[in-house]
Amino acid sequence: MRFNLEIWRQFDRESNGHFESFTVDGIDPESSFLEMLDQLNAQLGREKQRMVAFDSDCREGICGTCSLVIDGYPQGPRQVTACQIYMREFTDGATIKVEPYRNSAFPVMRDLITDRSALDRVIQAGGYISTKTGPQPDPNSMPVSPETQKEAFDAAICIGCGACVAACPNGSAMLFTGAKVKHLNLLPQGQPERTTRVIGMVEQMDAEGFGGCTNYGECSRVCPQEISLDVIGMLNREYRKARKDEQPAHRAKMTAQ
Amino acid sequence: MSEMNGAASTNGNGLPDARIPDGPLSQKWRTWLDAHHLVGPRNRPGRSVIVVGTGLAGASAAATLAEQGYKVKSFCFQDSPRRAHSIAAQGGINAAKDYANEGDSIQRLFYDTIKGGDFRSREANVWRLAELSANIIDQAVAQGVPFNREYGGSLATRSFGGVLVQRTFYARGQTGQQLLLGAYSALEWQVKAGNVEVFSKHEMLDLVKVDGRARGIIVRDLETGEIERFAADAVILATGGYTNVYYLSTNAMGSNVTATWRAHRRGALFANPCFTQIHPTCIPQSGDYQSKLTLMSESLRNDGRIWVPRKPNEERPPAEIPDAERFYFLEERYPAFGNLAPRDIASRAAKHVCDDGLGVGGTGRGVYLDFREAIAEQGRDAIEGKYGNLFDMYAKITGDNPYETPMMIYPAPHYAMGGLWVDYELQTTIEGLFAIGEANFSDHGANRLGASALMQALADGYFIVPHTVTDYMTVDHGEVSTEDAEFGRVQDEVEERLQALVDVDGTIVPQEFHREMGMVMLDKCGMSRDAEGLKEAIAEIRRIKADFWENVRVDPGIEELNQSLEYANRVSDFLELGELMCFDALRREESCGGHFREEHQTEDGEALRDDEDFASVTAWGWGGEDGEPVPYDEHLEFENVELATRSYK
Repeated sequence: MRFNLEIWRQFDRESNGHFESFTVDGIDPESSFLEMLDQLNAQLGREKQRMVAFDSDCREGICGTCSLVIDGYPQGPRQVTACQIYMREFTDGATIKVEPYRNSAFPVMRDLITDRSALDRVIQAGGYISTKTGPQPDPNSMPVSPETQKEAFDAAICIGCGACVAACPNGSAMLFTGAKVKHLNLLPQGQPERTTRVIGMVEQMDAEGFGGCTNYGECSRVCPQEISLDVIGMLNREYRKARKDEQPAHRAKMTAQ
Repeated sequence: MSEMNGAASTNGNGLPDARIPDGPLSQKWRTWLDAHHLVGPRNRPGRSVIVVGTGLAGASAAATLAEQGYKVKSFCFQDSPRRAHSIAAQGGINAAKDYANEGDSIQRLFYDTIKGGDFRSREANVWRLAELSANIIDQAVAQGVPFNREYGGSLATRSFGGVLVQRTFYARGQTGQQLLLGAYSALEWQVKAGNVEVFSKHEMLDLVKVDGRARGIIVRDLETGEIERFAADAVILATGGYTNVYYLSTNAMGSNVTATWRAHRRGALFANPCFTQIHPTCIPQSGDYQSKLTLMSESLRNDGRIWVPRKPNEERPPAEIPDAERFYFLEERYPAFGNLAPRDIASRAAKHVCDDGLGVGGTGRGVYLDFREAIAEQGRDAIEGKYGNLFDMYAKITGDNPYETPMMIYPAPHYAMGGLWVDYELQTTIEGLFAIGEANFSDHGANRLGASALMQALADGYFIVPHTVTDYMTVDHGEVSTEDAEFGRVQDEVEERLQALVDVDGTIVPQEFHREMGMVMLDKCGMSRDAEGLKEAIAEIRRIKADFWENVRVDPGIEELNQSLEYANRVSDFLELGELMCFDALRREESCGGHFREEHQTEDGEALRDDEDFASVTAWGWGGEDGEPVPYDEHLEFENVELATRSYK
């Protein structure tokens, strides 16, 4: 198969970028989208031209490293990660546009690679249960119904790829944040920090420059893990409740010891 | 007990003593813990540890050391610590909790692991692993890891290959992801607390020794290309395995051997490099352009039946082939364990039926994994509940619906049992350098059982290395600064090597050399090996290496983001490792676990061990740029288990 590619090239954070056109030929329909880009780079290498920088790692849809926008869709049009797209899904001779995520909280490092460390900082603000390594109660002493487990799990499977942010017209990270809040706030282990977690994470989200949710639903529509918009509902509910119940200063004293 | 906290003695042939505590097997770890030296809480912030890698082992070690109060610096080449390849582990994690009330115990998990490893691992290490297994589950649940639950709310378990009990805990088919996110969240908590600094997109390129001790690392910032120096009181490598040496494997694209290999070149011995695991249930290869293989969890073998048509070149679709004409080769050959035979045995059996022309799929290198009966008996919903995400993944990749037609699978390189040699304290032959998780060689012998990698990585990271590193740091080894001349010397060497790669100015991208080398390795040092093939492989790898240094294409520009430079640098290390693996496979004149030498097999084609000469670990020393590697042996003492022929029939 033969494809025309329109690829975003940008040298580093400070440079301006532009689209560059390439043609690849002899592509096997069974090769993945990223393997097609590998072949483009082999071709560029032969011609001693600068290769296209793009991120990928596990190439099986779980690590969340992929960050391409393909024909306008973050992670491509099929609600899977970019590494799970196969060339058999495109028509021969098609022109395909490939861009990095577009969001001010995700600066471009080069070409198609963006800096998503803002998401790590949102987790640092409360996406955990503060428990040290050491003796713990037997898990069966704290039963969790399979229904609750399933609900928590359906949120916990977020791969942190950031497609939700890239798809949102407001650049909101509420699907990402909501998924983590839902996962931990549903479980018995997550209860003691239920309030501080949601407040901390929402404040960090704002500090990073992510926008707010106005219910477009684009995030869930592109999410490779099919995380439901419901997590944003829960995030809002938890946040409202937390603000109402907030008891300031108490907690800060405890952690300062 | 053996001397702790001092200079290592040697066992007489140049290899340091493994420092296994005296006393009965079940008391050794307790004895060690009770006697090890401590650093007082006030002194801990003055001690620093570098942890390279943020998978299960690295993230759990970094988080735990930080919780204890040490200053930790954590490094990963990925753009976030959460993306380390432990994330892709699917099936589960073993623990001797006996929730299923089957009479399971530490003893049984210990024995299954020793036997599964074909009696090529240390008793004391494996016992400790089994002993700590239950704590890991407790720890993970406390962090909010959502393991599958029974109706009453208690934890669910299932069976895995090579065992007759249900001791595998799981979180659907994403156990690795959930456990890693647990360890990652603990790490991020400690980042927030100010005890850990994480350096993402930083790759370790060399180890710095001062006065013989590991005192720091040289890293490259993968965004800016800047070469940076970091110093610490101890260095922990948790950098994973090296099966990407085969090019096509289930590992992530970035998984590499560079950190451990560079440490090896600085004096850390590399143990049992030829012990690699080829996992039986992966999606078969479809073409030359392919960049990686995808694993389908071993848990599928709980309900799926593996077969090939009895007739060669069968053209009928699988559904039309009657039962009598199906060859359920694992069930026939290994009636006791059937489809749950251990990985090495199941892989070899699949290879043999394909060698005999019975394979299916476009390339003839595939076997069926059939859920027809399981769906008929348990219903589609039950199967979907257990394996839904795996079935979806298969459908996405192949375009086939496994609820309606059998999956096709074939073995693929998956895990490295070999790695840096470590003693009981997980310290390498370089003082102050520790290796944990898949990066070390320690617990799986010649074959790893399913759901044991997560267990070992977390046992090492949460429960072992924080204590052994503490013991090491009770002695003040003196201040070290990155201004030390050694740092400068090693940095110069790193820079020279990167410059040499750029200076080749060839036209062939690193991936093509990687692919070429991988084919040689898989063919001659893969599921079966023989002396002639291994010698050929050594010659071929040397040829590819020479070609690489003549023709490799790397984008110019070291001080910038340069993925071709990263890749070429990793391939240059794989080329050196590949040669060592062949030397190791050649020297080990026996078959055991994943190492199958054609010359050493029983009449019915099973692995034939030689306990007289090879009940040992081979730890290799770097022989220099043009020299040959130097082997040292650690004899394995078996005081608690009888060396038996491993039978799963």
